[in-house]
Amino acid sequence: MSIVLITILTLAGLGALAAVILYLASQKFKVFEDPRIDQVEEVLPAANCGGCGFPGCRAFAEALVKADDISDLNCPVGGAEVMGKVAQILGKEVAKSEPKIAVVRCNGTCEHRPRLNQYEGAPSCAAASALYGGETGCSFGCYGLGDCVDACNFDAMYMDEKTGLPVVIEDNCVACGACVDACPKNIIELRKKGPKNRRIFVSCVNEEKGAVARKACSVACIGCGKCAKVCPFDAITIKNNLAYIDDEKCRLCRKCVAECPTNAIHELNFPVRKNKTAVKETATEEK
Amino acid sequence: MLKTFKIGGVHPHEWKLSAEKQIEVLPLPKRVSVPVTQHIGAPAKPLVKKGDIVKTGQMIAASGGFVSANIHSPVSGKVFKVDQTVDASGYRKPAIIIDVDGDEWLDDIDRSDKLVKEITLSGEEIIKKIGEMGIVGMGGATFPSHVKLSPPPGKKCEILIINGVECEPYLTSDHRLMLEKSEELIVGIRILMKALNVNKAVIGIENNKPDAIKKLTELTSKEEGIDVQPLKVKYPQGGEKQLIDAITGRQVPSGKLPIEVGAVVQNVGTTVAVYEAVQKNKPLIERVVTVTGPAIAQPSNFLARIGTPIEQLIEAAGGLPQDTGKVIGGGPMMGKALTSLEVPITKGSSGLLVLPDEAAHRQPVKNCIRCSKCVSACPMGLEPYLLMIEAEKEMWDRAEEDRIMDCIECGSCSFTCPAHRPLLDYIRLGKGKVGQIIRSRQ
Repeated sequence: MSIVLITILTLAGLGALAAVILYLASQKFKVFEDPRIDQVEEVLPAANCGGCGFPGCRAFAEALVKADDISDLNCPVGGAEVMGKVAQILGKEVAKSEPKIAVVRCNGTCEHRPRLNQYEGAPSCAAASALYGGETGCSFGCYGLGDCVDACNFDAMYMDEKTGLPVVIEDNCVACGACVDACPKNIIELRKKGPKNRRIFVSCVNEEKGAVARKACSVACIGCGKCAKVCPFDAITIKNNLAYIDDEKCRLCRKCVAECPTNAIHELNFPVRKNKTAVKETATEEK
Repeated sequence: MLKTFKIGGVHPHEWKLSAEKQIEVLPLPKRVSVPVTQHIGAPAKPLVKKGDIVKTGQMIAASGGFVSANIHSPVSGKVFKVDQTVDASGYRKPAIIIDVDGDEWLDDIDRSDKLVKEITLSGEEIIKKIGEMGIVGMGGATFPSHVKLSPPPGKKCEILIINGVECEPYLTSDHRLMLEKSEELIVGIRILMKALNVNKAVIGIENNKPDAIKKLTELTSKEEGIDVQPLKVKYPQGGEKQLIDAITGRQVPSGKLPIEVGAVVQNVGTTVAVYEAVQKNKPLIERVVTVTGPAIAQPSNFLARIGTPIEQLIEAAGGLPQDTGKVIGGGPMMGKALTSLEVPITKGSSGLLVLPDEAAHRQPVKNCIRCSKCVSACPMGLEPYLLMIEAEKEMWDRAEEDRIMDCIECGSCSFTCPAHRPLLDYIRLGKGKVGQIIRSRQ
């Protein structure tokens, strides 16, 4: 009987001692963590996509809590809604961010841009672009091997088999920028989603002189500058034989689209226009 | 027992179709395009503009830094424009395009065949001259020779190794040079020995070129300090580090240059170019190019001016065969498939290989079964299958630990892989990325 008693008492004593040590240790080595970090993390979408520039949502939450001014931090996945909730928790001001979307700036489909050779190496755009200038005469355009599609965590991209170009699914894209980083040719850009998803962009990144670019691809930007001349808002600049539309300045008037001789400027989600001359007439009337 | 390097290596079929063909001088093209980046290092800066009249041998672009090289006009005529041209990689690079008119050389270039044996310049003057004449490594790596000949302070060169291995299948340009310009080669070696201040030089030749070994052994028997070393046939023996291992038994430490073990390696073509530059005042404006392939009518060795479109060389060798699948600049192991026939010959073009369609395609890729054939084949003692996975998964830190930067891109791994995996493709990608990371750290 006494053996049982001694055993119980010894174990209970040891247990009590361990409890005391553990309690003291936990007090001594306590790490204070702002409870708001957990609250903020709760609100974030938990996609861990890295679109904010931080390694995962937890790190972003820590940064949000730590920073005095969070106006330059943004969760592209959650957008204004989530950032509003974050601001509420932290009592800080957020900048109003306009939703963005990934835009593929190449329209070199098989018919526009004939294939001159055949690539059989490793199926990776990064490997191919490190090796050579691509299957067509345009060494700036899309390789069509899908590094961007592989990088996308939101099922927002697929390769169109017919055109050989990646397509962005507008509803799924959260503008995390993973595809932008994955593209070795800097073809994909994050641009303003635009009112009613309407946007205008130059669908070409070829910096060759006009004749060379045109020879390689029938819808290449040849840097003629017609669009820049017609733009009433100074939104278009020509650099290295390539037009670029600043989405901050662009007011979606569509004059440049009608003017472009190679159809390199694309408009998305606009209602069907009547015809080119009619647009030009209205354009002159407005002037 | 013949010497060779210790680890790895493969034995591709030799296919030296043009070994018996004498070097022919290729007629001048109508127009040449001379890229300003024909070497490793900074691009040269063009000195001429549209409409300028240039003479053969005149400097048209000046070295753009210490690791860079001058470029000279390979022809005489009028500069058509300073623009861009497609290079071997399919990217457009700045180039000087010249319309050929006659063939008027600069007066101070000695064009006679007379052998000039006496070396009048001092070591330093020789290195300066080599730099001025735009000599780069002609084995394919195109590293500026004057840089290689100026060892960093504190390092002393003990042995000069002349690379006459030509381990790439099909290529015969160095082989022909050794046979046809043997005396010039020996003088070239003497010049390099003087520049480096060494008294020992070894010419390494694989024993599939017995005629070259015989001829050079005869010539060097009278020369003190120059030896010929026959080597066992094994790819990639022409790699600098492999050749040093084969001849001296020393291994260059990881990430270090050959000078670390007291060796400097120069290619046969470079040595002959050094002879011409120093003794004849002739800049590097032409080179021997092998044009070959299973279906080429007359596999040949041409002496072609830099900037000649490859189309013209193929035409001179009997034209492009009907079922051509691929034209490779260089040999089948390390060469690059060309995207256009307008690509010009540059200082590093050792050959053109025309492959029929059936031989031009890759086999379907299967899974890696860890057979480790690539590991046994790698001459640098790396684990290619592992490096490929690491590059595929973007594990750059581990790739760096596994010495990805030591890869010499010889392609032995891809050649030997029974599953036809694109090992070198990914390793090359990884090398690029890891190299960027290392540079950004500095």
